[in-house]
Amino acid sequence: MQASTPPITKELIAQHNLTSEEYQKIIDILGREPNLTELGMFSVMWSEHCSYKSSRVHLKKLPTTGPRVVQGPGENAGAIDIGDGLCVVFKMESHNHPSFIEPYQGAATGVGGILRDIFTMGARPIALLDSLRFGELHSPKTRHLMKGVVSGIAGYGNCMGVPTVGGEIVFNDIYALNPLVNVFCLGLAHKDKIFRGTAAGVGNPVIYFGSKTGRDGIHGATMASDSFDDQSEQKRPTVQVGDPFTEKLLLEACLELMERDLLVGIQDMGAAGLTSSSCEMASRAGNGMELDLTVVPRREPGMTPYEIMLSESQERMLMVAKAGKEEDCIAICRKWDVDVAVVGTVTADGILRVKDQGKVVAEIPAKSLADDGPRYERHYQPPAYQDMLTNLNYDALPDVKDANVALLALLESPTIASKRWVYEQYDHMVRTNTMVRPGSDAAVVRIKGTKKAVAMTVDCNSRYCLLNPYEGARLAVAEAARNLVCSGAVPIGLTDCLNFGNPERPEIMWQFVMAIEGMKDACEHFQIPIVSGNVSFYNETNGLSIYPTPMLGMVGLIDDVERSMTQWFKQEGDEILLLGSSREDLGGSEYLKVVHAREQGSPPYLSLTAEKALHDCVLSLIQNGFLRSAHDCSEGGVVVALTESCISGPERTFGAVVRLNRGRLRKDAVLFGESQSRVLVSAKPVDRQAILSEARRFGVPVEVVGAVSGERLVVSVGEEGLMEQVIDQPVATLYDRWAFSLERTLNHS
Amino acid sequence: MNVGVLVFPGSNCDHDCAHVLKDVLGQNATMVWHKESSLAGLDAVILPGGFSYGDYLRTGAIARFSPVMQAVKQFAAEGKLVLGICNGFQILLEAGLLPGAMLRNKSLHFICRETYVKVENAATPFTNACKPGQVLKIPIAHADGNYYTDPVTLAGLQANAQVTFRYCTVEGTVTPGSCPNGSLDNIAGLCNAEGNVLGMMPHPERCTETMLGNEDGRLIFQSMIASLEHKQVAEVR
Repeated sequence: MQASTPPITKELIAQHNLTSEEYQKIIDILGREPNLTELGMFSVMWSEHCSYKSSRVHLKKLPTTGPRVVQGPGENAGAIDIGDGLCVVFKMESHNHPSFIEPYQGAATGVGGILRDIFTMGARPIALLDSLRFGELHSPKTRHLMKGVVSGIAGYGNCMGVPTVGGEIVFNDIYALNPLVNVFCLGLAHKDKIFRGTAAGVGNPVIYFGSKTGRDGIHGATMASDSFDDQSEQKRPTVQVGDPFTEKLLLEACLELMERDLLVGIQDMGAAGLTSSSCEMASRAGNGMELDLTVVPRREPGMTPYEIMLSESQERMLMVAKAGKEEDCIAICRKWDVDVAVVGTVTADGILRVKDQGKVVAEIPAKSLADDGPRYERHYQPPAYQDMLTNLNYDALPDVKDANVALLALLESPTIASKRWVYEQYDHMVRTNTMVRPGSDAAVVRIKGTKKAVAMTVDCNSRYCLLNPYEGARLAVAEAARNLVCSGAVPIGLTDCLNFGNPERPEIMWQFVMAIEGMKDACEHFQIPIVSGNVSFYNETNGLSIYPTPMLGMVGLIDDVERSMTQWFKQEGDEILLLGSSREDLGGSEYLKVVHAREQGSPPYLSLTAEKALHDCVLSLIQNGFLRSAHDCSEGGVVVALTESCISGPERTFGAVVRLNRGRLRKDAVLFGESQSRVLVSAKPVDRQAILSEARRFGVPVEVVGAVSGERLVVSVGEEGLMEQVIDQPVATLYDRWAFSLERTLNHS
Repeated sequence: MNVGVLVFPGSNCDHDCAHVLKDVLGQNATMVWHKESSLAGLDAVILPGGFSYGDYLRTGAIARFSPVMQAVKQFAAEGKLVLGICNGFQILLEAGLLPGAMLRNKSLHFICRETYVKVENAATPFTNACKPGQVLKIPIAHADGNYYTDPVTLAGLQANAQVTFRYCTVEGTVTPGSCPNGSLDNIAGLCNAEGNVLGMMPHPERCTETMLGNEDGRLIFQSMIASLEHKQVAEVR
């Protein structure tokens, strides 16, 4: 062992975010005290970020299997069979903490990391989506963060030539000091050519390729497993710096390596760098690995083994090649000007043995690093304030006075307003597959060489999750699936990115456990497997936690591109129908927040059975060619959905005249309430009877509510014979407010 | 038509160009690695969009030193067709095959969206399938498309009808408001004096299929095919 290693003191252990029990466990495993390098390796692998120590016992409950599942959780990404010998490979990951500290690089390297997870599996990335959460835009700090994050995503994704085809952004001050940057990536692979992170075959060479190793990002994984305070900006050196050009070369080199019969296994060096990639690959194969750090390409001299093993320099990969194929691998890397070195071999003894200058500097059972980290069944209980949140007295809430004013306010609110300012900075067309561009319920990307297309959406209403994490999670699954269905796609798989506060606090753990239960119940009902995911805890600054945000990325399959659907109206004179029924669902609504400044009440009621019936009905209507448009009703309710159908088309806008039956509901609930399981569709008048009878067949309530007509949006509310006109606006005004408000806010500040 | 699609490190519209040529238009397309030094057997070459060398230093500034660029210069001098799209246009400027330079977009942002361009010269090998003054809808996707040159060169380009495309409104009016990036004289594309080298910022390869919502980009490739057929007929005679 290295003689120069400092003594392991209590302070040193604490600095590595390890508890004394965890340290004792390390001693038990090794049968001795670790040296500094080993302590560092354990600390990153046993961090919350890498070990899932608080979440694993609960994640096990999620449904992960199904007839289409080719690869479930546990690998770099999940894979789902889409027929024609092809798979989609997808995953979502967070880069929240780095993006708060340094928004451009934090977001950029988030994109870089998820891209590597996808192409490591042998899939060419074909689409990116982002879920972002920021504080309200009145704060200069938030505007700075948002501009930085958007530029970072653009800078990396555009350069890689992977289109950013969709996403969503929500603004709420709860995220002011803890923004969320969740990136989803989907790639396409041949089903029989999926690569995994395994170090099989004793004696096979271990090859490092990609960027050189530098001192950046050391302890990034540990940082991501800690809460923030006012000193957090001092953590800037732990944020990595991205180089998308190198990553593009790495991508092409990887795919070329995989086309030839050269590799046994491959894994990217993400969080915990060389340590995680080496021990995880060895552990999966039940093998060991010997590494020689002397030959690792380095950016600067004088790096210690500790630094090399913990560096999180970006754009690096580790592969295990077939013995004798080293030279072929090296030649391909050289063609793409990528650094490459044979750094070790696969061994039989299960030990990750690290040498530097001929001396052994670390010697740890690979499995104990990768898989034997601590597991916690943390205590959970609902917070004392939970009842206060859900308690909403409707009688004390005045009904809407001027619905025109409320509608304009909603359209201008940045959560609902068009995100054009954002997505025009992303190349969303490269690779020439994008059929439905950003700004729709779901993005749709065709699969060249087939008749198929893939639809993707990212969703989570975290206010619903705050008010009721179980219901909120079910609602997120339902909405994601509904979005896909509106594009004509059958949901086939899900990835999650679970953003929560500090799991050591029982009320946060309660939110997490409830959200998992909700996801589980909804996914089981819809039979949608969860094939990959990521947990991000400790999303809190100065003790203030974010809303529970279990972000979902859902993927759907369209068998025939001719039968895909979009959300905007197509033709003057078409009829507008509302599928599903409306209730008094104002709790947690965007209307309540924007107009009444309240984030309260119970989230909307959801029946999984009714929701599934709606999905089947909408898919059948689309497949039979009865619909001209289909749009999910979500934030802002029916009237916002209606407005978006009027103004979100790429070619032109339309007006509409609509009459909504009120029944016994409040006016504002009818107009802006967020009742679930509702889809607004338009169709040729001649297809009305067919649609009504199809809806009856599926047991879905349906009503003809109006027609596409003129240049104004006119909405009346009431009952037969007693309709009151409550909204009358030129479509041009609605468009202006919706399309440009975000730009105006960001450019005039 | 035998087309070579050049592949620089960081090119990322290379596959898109090859897809249009082969799968949409039934032509022969070959990928040409930037370290090649011969373009023998090709009728035309395309320098595709992307971020060659990561756009480091300046867009196109490093790619112009790639070995293949010597061959491209020779190819152009022989009167064969050279089309540079987006980053390809930027490389042609850096290589001196077209005059002028690209500045950062006026907004300082990357911009990806549909634009309308007016065909100012329908007599080039890249536009002969268009009507003079025709308005095409073709998307842009760039951060550095703000064309600049000195007044004398600009006057020369204008006098010589080398300005091939100008950004315009949907009706075809060239206005400052219809220029997405601040480009001098709304220039979206221009050709050399001989007309066989064209650089354009909009991406015609992104709009050749109804499924993607727009087919206007086909006209550029169809013009190239037509001009080659015409030339072959002339040679036979």
